[in-house]
Amino acid sequence: MTLSTFKNLLFSILFVSASVAGYASEDKETTDDKEFNAKEMILHHVKDAHEFHIIDVNEKPISIPLPIILWTDNGLTTFMSSAFHHDDSGHHVVEKNGMKFVKLHEKIYQLNGDANEVVFDEEHHPTNASMPIDLSITRNVFMMWVSVAVLLLIFLTTAKRYRKSDDKLPTGIAGFVEPLVVFVRDEIARPMIGEHKYKKYMPYLLTIFFFIWINNIFGLIPIINGANVSGNIAFTCTLAVFTFIITTFSGNKNYWKHIFWMPGVPVPMKIFLMPIEIIGMFVKPISLMIRLFANITAGHVIILALMSLIFVFKSVAIAPVSVAFSLFITVIEIIVTAIQAYIFTILSALYFGMATEEEHH
Amino acid sequence: MDLITPGFGLVFWTAITFLCLLFILRKFAWKPILGAVEDREEGIKSALASAENARKEMQNLKADNERILNEARAEREVMLKDARDIKAKMIADAKGEAQAQAAKMIEQAQTAIESEKKAAMAELRNQVASLSVDIAEKVVREELSNKDKQLKLVESMLSEATLN
Repeated sequence: MTLSTFKNLLFSILFVSASVAGYASEDKETTDDKEFNAKEMILHHVKDAHEFHIIDVNEKPISIPLPIILWTDNGLTTFMSSAFHHDDSGHHVVEKNGMKFVKLHEKIYQLNGDANEVVFDEEHHPTNASMPIDLSITRNVFMMWVSVAVLLLIFLTTAKRYRKSDDKLPTGIAGFVEPLVVFVRDEIARPMIGEHKYKKYMPYLLTIFFFIWINNIFGLIPIINGANVSGNIAFTCTLAVFTFIITTFSGNKNYWKHIFWMPGVPVPMKIFLMPIEIIGMFVKPISLMIRLFANITAGHVIILALMSLIFVFKSVAIAPVSVAFSLFITVIEIIVTAIQAYIFTILSALYFGMATEEEHH
Repeated sequence: MDLITPGFGLVFWTAITFLCLLFILRKFAWKPILGAVEDREEGIKSALASAENARKEMQNLKADNERILNEARAEREVMLKDARDIKAKMIADAKGEAQAQAAKMIEQAQTAIESEKKAAMAELRNQVASLSVDIAEKVVREELSNKDKQLKLVESMLSEATLN
């Protein structure tokens, strides 16, 4: 869900009520020089960006510049994304520390040697540029930090409330937070990991649960312009890797025995199961990564696609249908935010539980 | 393809951000929150346990009271019975003793009366003897004041003697 689509929609309705003819001519003008491409628009909103684009006013984009941090052969280089002047086609060259950079499809390229502009091959890949390591504070990183700030605000306030009160009763925001924390403990950690070992994993499980949830929610807020943090595979990949690392390092003898030498089956079966179990070890976090990424991204894509219908059909008549459907999907997405956070957390807990399960006869 | 290729920058920042968040929340949020929840649960558990204990203690006390009461009641019964027995015995004893005493007294009285009677009898006999001697003396003296009478007496006496 993005503001620009909403904004376009609102503008459309406004123009129609003012003057149908005027709208038609203006629409023709804008579509003439730039045909609406739903796929491009959707991908643009689902993917990460180097600047925080808010809206276009009179064909001029208004956006919050974000810092670009590049690790080049000559060391760290930083400049603001506004240096590109909203150019994403690789034509605007930025010179910094004697190096030339261009931005093409939200990727920063460093021009080789003395080249002054990018040369593309037939598949529109730059031929005379390399990619430095990009550590920029992108839209997603920025929104992630906003979400972290909100999380810290919520939970540190809660903790302070407990620390201040003598009777330790949940009042104020603690009354909202505590049931969720207790839910993670009693419905996720305890049944999945077991009464004796769950405590060690509680901080991790609570943190991923709330971190994913809040980023899912932030992705649904239109004003933030579709910061799709939890729908970005880099984000889900990182969290899945953490779960994998913790699972692997908490694996006890019993866990490894089940992977390499499955007890209770004949020897040929043991040999047959070993590669499957080893693959399974990696498939588990990969499934976590893909599940969260695909669910959140799909939600965004559906909402954006429904909104795009208006522009694809170039008709305002379709707007009520689009709005109704995307509202419906948005409501479902609100539920999905919690469900996906829950699933990621419960599966992580399940994997920890499998890794620490004691042998029972 | 871009969509499903993790970008290094975001992986890097996500990892750092997440680790920092985990560290801060673990130390400053989860610990106090979970601690408070657990403390409260412990409190509730111990309160319930102590209530249960109190209830049991109460029951024990009640049972004890009942027992003590029953014991006291039984003791009272025994004591009353004893008292009754003692009373009856005392009465019986007293009765017996009184009877014995009375019998003894009667006996003594009888003996005393007997001896008094004997003494009186003896005295009476003596009195009667002396009286009769006196009377006899007087009679004899009267009788024997003249010769005729003396002769008559002798005669009568002799006649009597002869008759024997």
